[in-house]
Amino acid sequence: MTTDLGIPVVAPRGVGHLRGERPFPAAARDALANPQLRRNLGNATRTIRDKRAAVVAELPDWEELRRAGEAIKAATMATLDEHLERLEAEVTARGGVVHWARDAHEANAIVTDLVLATGETEVVKVKSMATQEIGLNEALAEAGIEAKETDLAELIVQLGGDAPSHILVPAIHRNRAEIREIFLREMPGVDADLTSEPRQLAMAARAHLRERFLRAKVAISGANFAVADTGTLLVVESEGNGRICLTLPETLITVMGIEKVVPTWGDLEVFLQLLPRSSTGERMNPYTSAWTGVTPGDGPQAFHLVLLDNGRTAALSDAVGRSALHCIRCSACLNVCPVYERTGGHAYGSVYPGPIGAVLSPQLTGVEDNASLPYASSLCGACFDACPVRIDIPTLLVQLRAAHVDAQRERRIPTAEALAMAAASWVMADADRFAAAEKASRVGRLLGRASGRISALPPPLSRWTGSRDAPRPPAETFREWWAGRMNTEGGT
Amino acid sequence: MKIALMVTCLADALFPDVGKATVALLERLGHEVEFPLGQTCCGQMHVNTGYQREALPLVRHFVEVFEGCDVIVGPSGSCVGSVRHQHAMLARQAGDEDLAQRAEAIAARTYELSELLVDVLGVDDVGAYYPHRVTYHPTCHSLRLLRVADKPLRLLRNVRGMTLIELPDAEQCCGFGGTFAVKNPDTSTAMLADKMRQVLSTGAEALAAGDASCLMHIGGGLSRLRSGTKTVHLAEILAVRE
Repeated sequence: MTTDLGIPVVAPRGVGHLRGERPFPAAARDALANPQLRRNLGNATRTIRDKRAAVVAELPDWEELRRAGEAIKAATMATLDEHLERLEAEVTARGGVVHWARDAHEANAIVTDLVLATGETEVVKVKSMATQEIGLNEALAEAGIEAKETDLAELIVQLGGDAPSHILVPAIHRNRAEIREIFLREMPGVDADLTSEPRQLAMAARAHLRERFLRAKVAISGANFAVADTGTLLVVESEGNGRICLTLPETLITVMGIEKVVPTWGDLEVFLQLLPRSSTGERMNPYTSAWTGVTPGDGPQAFHLVLLDNGRTAALSDAVGRSALHCIRCSACLNVCPVYERTGGHAYGSVYPGPIGAVLSPQLTGVEDNASLPYASSLCGACFDACPVRIDIPTLLVQLRAAHVDAQRERRIPTAEALAMAAASWVMADADRFAAAEKASRVGRLLGRASGRISALPPPLSRWTGSRDAPRPPAETFREWWAGRMNTEGGT
Repeated sequence: MKIALMVTCLADALFPDVGKATVALLERLGHEVEFPLGQTCCGQMHVNTGYQREALPLVRHFVEVFEGCDVIVGPSGSCVGSVRHQHAMLARQAGDEDLAQRAEAIAARTYELSELLVDVLGVDDVGAYYPHRVTYHPTCHSLRLLRVADKPLRLLRNVRGMTLIELPDAEQCCGFGGTFAVKNPDTSTAMLADKMRQVLSTGAEALAAGDASCLMHIGGGLSRLRSGTKTVHLAEILAVRE
């Protein structure tokens, strides 16, 4: 019997959180109008940015580390199938069970069945992008299983009934007054005198979570890394909730994107330096938990690893685009991004926001399902400089824009933009045509004669003049001036 | 030295003073400036908007026009960045290795203005005089694509009579981003608002930068606010003498 795997598929529609309801410009408009959000984002990204810059500057070999991280990831992706099979063999040999999930539906079904088989109706979770990507909590809820987030920020998001807005700081859009209100409203038995003092808020969350931890029989985690050599999984975190989730319950289910595998422990030397400095701006993160299969009498006695594709193989099939899979989810690119800093994460409509999200989300879903995201960047390049594994995000964004434009070429009636771009290309491929177009644009001098500025233009240029004046065309272009000068001087 | 001016389509059509100033400056320094008349546009707008297919004829045209020039200067970090980082890549994507190699050869001798002055001509004092309070915005592509680092500032610090005021958060993008400014006008304007706030906080009379495009954006905002702060291209400052 043979299995036809077919061409790589993208993440399916109707499940998970990779697609927004509205295009980025519309969603961004709402976020931009929220003064609280703007202040929170500005303060938080600036703080993390400064911390990161300080600890990165401490390492004289930071650039070498980045290049090493890039090289390890590139080499791993080139033979990803081999590393994954090695990982599967090692996890299995050490008492774990490996499951392969082609997409979100398969992954959700696998995890749901595993939880149902334990007879439990409540699970604790340590923050995991992959499970948010596939909408696991919703799938579990449909099966009557309550998934409780235990990361402080994720807990705030879950209790507040909204969505994460940052990879590392999911509740970056909330301030402490809002958090206090959420706790008072949603946390059973919370002290009615709770103030918005950070320590009080943390202690309230701690008491709330501790009870959950102690009765949980099943935990669900993601993974930052998996070492193929020994079948070891790693979670890197700051609060210790991960450590508890990974050790106390009887059953541990880990959902991991297939790109998270690294070949050896030696590779971790590089990433465990790059990750905390890039993400929280710390030299070392407080908790790094590693586990290998099942250890009798110690920790979870059942361990399941769900390896998730959900569009990753499709991304991998693109020789240039695959570098987005190198991402170690540090979120440094979010914190330096001038677009993210102003819109926040919700505008991206995907669990992966910011510059890397604007690449990854359309890669996983197919570009036409997230066509506005590659354009949600001014291509300023700050993300590339900050990326610990040197993902050239601006180039990937441009590549995706081209993929979108090429997809639009299939339309029977071209878009107005496509017509304009084709016309501009024709004009600019010839100096005489270009000079003629310059002359024609001089009709613009009719505008703004009195003030010297043009304050209103018809659509689509109204999108410029809505907030900025446009320059009035000069009486003489440079090439006309040059020609005149050559004539006077008798030059060529 | 004979230097070919790649004036950029934007400066040609809308900001000819930038080109004139570049010519005046280089001639004052004793160089011969040529202006290849066939030049049009580097194609960056097409590439960055996703119209690679439409950009390719512009790359080929650029290569044909500038192939015979020994040294090329462009008063724009962004356009020079496109020549250096996009042209060969685009040709290669289209399977034209010959064009890619020709584009690479040209890119290797194409410089942004401050690069040409400091690296090639070896001057950081051009003898300019500009008696005004000025703050400087290091445009994204000069900074992160070309890595011009402090070259423009070294040139500006040697300008007589000028007070150079540091711009807070200088390295943040102004929100222009080519078609980004019209595809995401709200986000672009939010970025612009913060940039303008920083510019105005310096109390400078003029904001200087090495890219007419970014200046058109920030200047358009400052003009809308009737802020009384003007924009000036690096070349326009360096060209002025006492």
